[in-house]
Amino acid sequence: MNRDVALVDCGGANIASLRFALERLGVEGHFTRDAGRIEAAERVLLPGVGAAGAGMGRLTDAHLLELIPRLTQPVLGICLGMQLLYEVSSEDDTPCLGVIPGQVDLLEASPEHTIPHMGWNQVERRAESRLFDGIPDGSWFYFVHSYAAPPGKHCVGDTEHGRRFASVVNKDNFFGVQFHPERSGQHGQRLLKNFLELPWN
Amino acid sequence: MLARRIIPCLDVRDGQVVKGVRFREHRVMGEILDLARRYREEHADEVVFYDITASPHGRSVDRSWILRVADVLDIPFCVAGGIRDVAGAEEVLMNGADKISVNSPALADPDLIGELARRFGSQCVVVGIDSSGGDGRWRVHELTGDPSLSREAGRDTLDWVREVQERGAGEIVLNCMNMDGVRQGYDIEQLCAVRDCCRVPLIASGGAGAPEHFVDVFRRARVDGALAATVFHSGQIAIPDLKEYLAARNVSVRD
Repeated sequence: MNRDVALVDCGGANIASLRFALERLGVEGHFTRDAGRIEAAERVLLPGVGAAGAGMGRLTDAHLLELIPRLTQPVLGICLGMQLLYEVSSEDDTPCLGVIPGQVDLLEASPEHTIPHMGWNQVERRAESRLFDGIPDGSWFYFVHSYAAPPGKHCVGDTEHGRRFASVVNKDNFFGVQFHPERSGQHGQRLLKNFLELPWN
Repeated sequence: MLARRIIPCLDVRDGQVVKGVRFREHRVMGEILDLARRYREEHADEVVFYDITASPHGRSVDRSWILRVADVLDIPFCVAGGIRDVAGAEEVLMNGADKISVNSPALADPDLIGELARRFGSQCVVVGIDSSGGDGRWRVHELTGDPSLSREAGRDTLDWVREVQERGAGEIVLNCMNMDGVRQGYDIEQLCAVRDCCRVPLIASGGAGAPEHFVDVFRRARVDGALAATVFHSGQIAIPDLKEYLAARNVSVRD
């Protein structure tokens, strides 16, 4: 298990639950905006709850905009952190990190599909990924979000809420999950463990 | 498809879980962490902790237990009671709660809803509404944690439901006071009326007494989640059995 895990501070108040989830796996996450610390970490988690503009603002203030796309260790974006990996978010027309091609858009509200998309939903596998080791296809994960990316080239798992959207993505060493693994019971815990144990040079 | 949520509600007073009948006569049901662990293992979809004494007495919730709960739970949880401002909400969220729920303070200062939504995002902001009435008219009540202070808040429930959404509420918990604690089923008529003007997730509260009540509220009132206390705490309804019962009747639930 990789011990040196950096949790990038990109806004949003709720970081305790992720830290506890890592502790349950025997890992202490370091909450940081320090570029050197992030670059040296074995694993990088990009969490975040809240608006895309505020999240990108915090990364800009911390001079992390150029660093993050250049990272070579496994990086996992969670919820807003996943959305920030894309090129742009239509939430306040925010340019994002551009690691994964595509645009993040508002989900469409209807009486059957309320926004925010909040609660437990199923992830359908679209491609193989080590992140899914030991997790049955169609497992339930906990989502809280209003914006999402369409299923695209790098989508390895998707979910339906009014329309299908990418709920798990992977491009090279960059991974993203739209749900909250730290709040998704056993399957969430397993996914975090899989990420921490990814074979990587 | 989004699962319908089963949500045990733990009314907290002085560090213990209590439950009253129609908001009165509270009796101790158990320790917070023991019940939190039990619900995690039973696959509850979420847990709500509600400090029933906080708002009426002008006190804040004792925050120390929130961190311990966050350590134990790997499912989302919401904290209600005594959250009056952005700083109070931030403290609760920093301690690991996923959502904060405001009720009486939002009635006293409706701008609070927007302030919380702008700072933390709507998804964190739940507005709890205590409501009673009938025949197509329902009224909001406030300070319901204390029978000596509980009173009508001077607002029509459906108007308040519309207003809190405009102000940025990301979820509404409707507690139907007529039915609370009496286990005769959810107030379907009221919940249907609220559902028709509610575009954010709606959680039904008050009245669960049997598995068929859950089928009813999901099918007929189309709520996103159903909250209950006594029937879960007492063991009268086991959550895994309830989910099996719901799944067999084509209600989408997380297994």
